[in-house]
Amino acid sequence: MIFLILTVSDLKQSRPDSAKPNINWAKIEEAEDFAKTVKLYRQGKYNDDSFRRYRLQHGAYGTRMTSDYAMVRIKLPAGEVYPHQLEKIAQLSEQFSIGSAHFSTRENIQLHWVILEDVSEIFRGLAEVGLTSREACGNSVRNVMCSPLSGVCSDEKFDSTPYALATAKFFLRNPMAQSLPRKFKFNFTCCEKHGMVRMVDVGLIPQIREIDGVTQKGFKIFLGGGLGNRSFVGHQLEEFTADEDLLYTSIAVLRIFDRLGDRKNLARNRMRYLVNDMGWDKFQNLVLKERALVKATQSVVTHLDIDDLPSEIKRPIRITDESRNSNPDGYARWLKTNTVKQKQSGYHSVFITLEAGDITANQLTVLAEIIKDFSSEGKARAGFNQNIALRYVHEDDLSKLYSQLLGIGLAKSGALTMTAPVGCSGTTSCNLALTNSHRLAKEIQRKFLELKLDEDDDLSDSSIKISGCPNSCGQHGIATIGFFGGGGRVGKEMYPNYQMLLGGRSDGETMLGLTCTRIPAKRVISAILKIIELFKEHKKSNDTLKEWIHRIANGKEDGDIKSINDMRKILEPFTIPPTKEDDPDFYSDYGSDTSYHTKTGKGECAA
Amino acid sequence: MCSLSQEKTLKNTTDIDSLRSQIRDNSIRVIDVRREEDYKQNHIPTAVNLPLANLLSDDSPDRVLKLFNSLGIDDETSVVVYDDTFGALASRVAWTLEYIGHSDVSLLETTYGKWKSLGLENDTEIPEVQTKQHSLHLKPEILATSDYLEHSKEKKDVILIDNRERLNYLEQHIPGAISLPYRTLATNDKILRPREDMKRLLENRGISGDSEIITYCGSVGTLSGLAYYALKSVGLPNVKLYVRSFKEWKNLQKPIEKQEDASYWDLSAE
Ligand code: SF4
Repeated sequence: MIFLILTVSDLKQSRPDSAKPNINWAKIEEAEDFAKTVKLYRQGKYNDDSFRRYRLQHGAYGTRMTSDYAMVRIKLPAGEVYPHQLEKIAQLSEQFSIGSAHFSTRENIQLHWVILEDVSEIFRGLAEVGLTSREACGNSVRNVMCSPLSGVCSDEKFDSTPYALATAKFFLRNPMAQSLPRKFKFNFTCCEKHGMVRMVDVGLIPQIREIDGVTQKGFKIFLGGGLGNRSFVGHQLEEFTADEDLLYTSIAVLRIFDRLGDRKNLARNRMRYLVNDMGWDKFQNLVLKERALVKATQSVVTHLDIDDLPSEIKRPIRITDESRNSNPDGYARWLKTNTVKQKQSGYHSVFITLEAGDITANQLTVLAEIIKDFSSEGKARAGFNQNIALRYVHEDDLSKLYSQLLGIGLAKSGALTMTAPVGCSGTTSCNLALTNSHRLAKEIQRKFLELKLDEDDDLSDSSIKISGCPNSCGQHGIATIGFFGGGGRVGKEMYPNYQMLLGGRSDGETMLGLTCTRIPAKRVISAILKIIELFKEHKKSNDTLKEWIHRIANGKEDGDIKSINDMRKILEPFTIPPTKEDDPDFYSDYGSDTSYHTKTGKGECAA
Repeated sequence: MCSLSQEKTLKNTTDIDSLRSQIRDNSIRVIDVRREEDYKQNHIPTAVNLPLANLLSDDSPDRVLKLFNSLGIDDETSVVVYDDTFGALASRVAWTLEYIGHSDVSLLETTYGKWKSLGLENDTEIPEVQTKQHSLHLKPEILATSDYLEHSKEKKDVILIDNRERLNYLEQHIPGAISLPYRTLATNDKILRPREDMKRLLENRGISGDSEIITYCGSVGTLSGLAYYALKSVGLPNVKLYVRSFKEWKNLQKPIEKQEDASYWDLSAE
């Protein structure tokens, strides 16, 4: 179907700059209401708790050590974002934030350091382009994610994007999802490999089954996974969940969670704890029963509003098509590490890696133009790794696209490799942060690109993910090499420190990384390089770092380093702090020239 | 006549259509504050050139009086100022003219870049100007100095506004200042938001009523000059420009405040 449209409209070749979203997520009244509520709160007419709940429900987080500022988290349901929306976000970031925006790991765009009284103005701006931050925080259904490759992945059974959008639409502002025991997350994907479906409350992989010659769409549904202070891997509900049962299943799960989830113990109120406490069999049973009940009682009204008309694919016209006989410097490297061939022949998906997800207003504005000029679907997708995907780029346009990205500093190579680490916001804005995980991710990327590690095929499927505290926003638990921040101590002196985990992954063989050892912040880069060096010494032919570490973590490696314990011993020299006289830099975190000390405020994860 | 000129002083910006008809009627003095080489390339017809740097090289009242005289401006001249820097440079010149006692000055509602992109007329001709005599009636009530700022700390009803970008503000600012980045004041094609929009935004921030309001920015009072006109555009009666701004404040080693315990710079993609 898509292919047909492709070939036909290819002939037309026009700039699809009119690509506009079908769904308006915004509600302008919420801007007014928010402004009013902030005023009442400042006048003392709201208590802190109820105001915080209200603020979070509308997508505004608190900010490190201050009540004057908020972070606004803009949802991009299914990751989709249109050029005019990026232009608006660019403008809003200059007007009300720090002139940069931040792509998160859950397909949100965040504006940080926004004055609380300006948040409503951001809502207004977002409403102009049909976006919302409603229920991006708080105890609600968070942004519904979808793989950035859904619709173009050669391993997928069908495109789950319309289902992700319909699910988002169904639950947004739905009274049943306004005061859950805790936040609730849906991830749709294309295939096992591009997954993250076992690390979330509800994860879905599209499936097709054939019964008596009739094919039916459906999903593999995983429930009760999640990363956090304690992480769990999700369980598959049943062999096959037919697409018409998708909504009933979702409602059933939400209802059970709403009814039985722990509302008292803040540290244990994600659904995964409920599943764990109850035992999977019992939970599974409950879901199936509840679903039957939902089906019996709600059959008339509820269905998902699936819009599965494919997007129009039109290759934008080249106005200047100077034929190029040589490709720009670095092109081959970029092509190899940043692009994926689509199932639609002749088209590529291009990943843009941002330093820990940060992008300037100016880059966003130019990027919007680039999307119009190069993406034949006229829009972009947020990825899972604080990155952006431009899809439907014609192979003949790749080199030109590369030059243009180069022009705005968005052509860093290694987007799909280990050299693009994830780092949560850490001490740049988060109240709970113990370390500057954000800056560390940037430092690693700079160093590793300098060393050209992105070109090393042995490393490319590995990942590095960093959180600034045990709370896992940086997803350290599913990284090949993961880190979470804490403070180390020598006598009275403190230094920034990271717990290192090895062997995490989020694909078909999902497992959580195993605790290895604590590595001081300023030793993290050299410790990772040491691990790579060890791997090179011990690797088998056709081995990858990811597989090697996987074998070590699972006791299946037969070389000198057989276990996490062996690794711990080898890395011990990295963990020994120098004296402050010998190395004062060791005692300050990245991005700070003063002595390190931990300082945290009240967390809002639990609010 | 009197009521007419009063009406005019309330007007902070001049729209494109009005300016074009005033140019046709020859009833306006237009000042282009861009650099001389840009002005020479082309400019709005009949405009004279006063590069901001020229004015800033010595902005003592006597000197600027002479400058404006040489541009053919007397007490009765209607003046419109424009730039290509989102109105900030034009604001600084307009404010200076106001400060020496001129009442009829406003900003072009848009930038020269936008003017040109709309395909509107431009010219390379440099008009001949007859020198005029402007009187000197300083308006100290629109100026804030560092001393004045220090003393106003004790006053209750003073709002101090920092118009630099947010990161600069977080890093250091004058104690008690609130942050209103200059970008907040404009729309895509106008140097100032529409009045109602601006009013709502400022009211949300508690900037309203009869408070005394002082604006400042990084160095020479341009960004804060624009803010000065933004505040006036919603009818706020008591606005002052701290024209020497943060640069002087720092040089004088006055107290500075910062946002502690957060590495916000590392969030920036610059
Ligand atoms: S992992 Fe910790 S430091 Fe990082 S954003 Fe989450 S709560 Fe903050």
